[in-house]
Amino acid sequence: MAWTREDMARRAAQELKDGFYVNLGIGIPTLVANYIPEGVEVTLQSENGMLGMGPFPYEEEVDPDLINAGKQTITELPSTSYFSSADSFAMIRGGHINLSILGAMQVSEKGDLANWMIPGKMVKGMGGAMDLVAGVKKVVIIMDHNARDGSPKLLHECNLPLTGVGVVDMVITDVGVFTIDETGITLTELAPDVTIEEARERTEANFKVSEAVS
Amino acid sequence: MKKTYTDAASALEGVLKDGMTIMAGGFGLCGIPENLITALRDSGVKDITAISNNAGVDDFGLGLLLQTRQIKKMISSYVGENKEFERQYLAQELDLEFNPQGTLAERCRAGGAGIPGFYTKTGVGTLIAEGKEHKEFNGETYIMETGLVADVSLVKAWKGDKEGNLIYRKTARNLNPNMATAGKITIAEVEELVEVGELDPDEIHTPGIYVQRIIQSKDLEKRIEKVTTRTRGE
Repeated sequence: MAWTREDMARRAAQELKDGFYVNLGIGIPTLVANYIPEGVEVTLQSENGMLGMGPFPYEEEVDPDLINAGKQTITELPSTSYFSSADSFAMIRGGHINLSILGAMQVSEKGDLANWMIPGKMVKGMGGAMDLVAGVKKVVIIMDHNARDGSPKLLHECNLPLTGVGVVDMVITDVGVFTIDETGITLTELAPDVTIEEARERTEANFKVSEAVS
Repeated sequence: MKKTYTDAASALEGVLKDGMTIMAGGFGLCGIPENLITALRDSGVKDITAISNNAGVDDFGLGLLLQTRQIKKMISSYVGENKEFERQYLAQELDLEFNPQGTLAERCRAGGAGIPGFYTKTGVGTLIAEGKEHKEFNGETYIMETGLVADVSLVKAWKGDKEGNLIYRKTARNLNPNMATAGKITIAEVEELVEVGELDPDEIHTPGIYVQRIIQSKDLEKRIEKVTTRTRGE
């Protein structure tokens, strides 16, 4: 059985280490906060100017001055600090954030990422994604393994406009976990009941298979 | 010199002209200068180049000035919440310059600090880097981005005094302090306008030197884009 969104978020949460400062993107990455492993303390950064993000508020706690980068209402913690956007991206660009978990439209076998634009169709903008992938120490992508029409998203080369070049370290999909380094892309974990053959059929990128899987 | 004005319309008097560049603070609809945006719409000034992280939503924030076609060009990082924006852009009725959010914030900070250009890794190898100077530092490639200055910056703060000293609240701070420094004229609207001496000098985020005009906001809506809550017992 291929992994669900929750399974992917739970697996991504295993990348969180004690003491990490972490930025979670919009969508499935936001779910990762629900699966922080026991004994691990992480501080969530929100690029609109907040360090130490708490859970969603109870109804009576909703505050229009307190939102995350996805524009959802949230709460603060005793450790929270607020700062300007320039300070927020000094943290990000300056390499002070340990891990960022983001969504993607396409990832190449060299670790290129495309997640902000479909020319002529979708014009939303990159927001903070380009700064995050350029400045954060480790970048993990969570995405569906294939697009809605079944086409592969792990490619030799991205054909959508890039967000960053050679920036992705790990990709978690419904099929399994892939790591990317100078030697290329490696399948390191398979979801239950997914075969290596099926993974190859659903992937354009050439990947190696780690011993643990084969 | 008196910096206080009675309302948004009078605070904008004498500083508007067609074709001008305006910065507006806020992230989504959080921390936007609501009164000043409405007064800007009512002024009828046109061909504006607007520098703002987002473009509001269809019927609120800078979306109001898109409805009336007063904006000629937007410099933004994310406009995904505004359908009218997308329509005008795809129909080539509107110019758009996308900036990575951190680059946009730093361009405002740099502009306000008298720094005409800086180098960043953000966007190297992407569309954003096309036509920009590339330079190597310690074996890594960076691109040059330029500082931004606006004819008028419109910002929103929580508290301010009659000297123009400002204090922001929670994530409503966002780009407001950076843009406050980068306006040739900066106009602030605040929820609570107090006498000089009532703010703790150690708590001030934006010193009054950056603020030329200040008003107290009236009838703020403070609309929330995505109310997300949890239920008791979860």
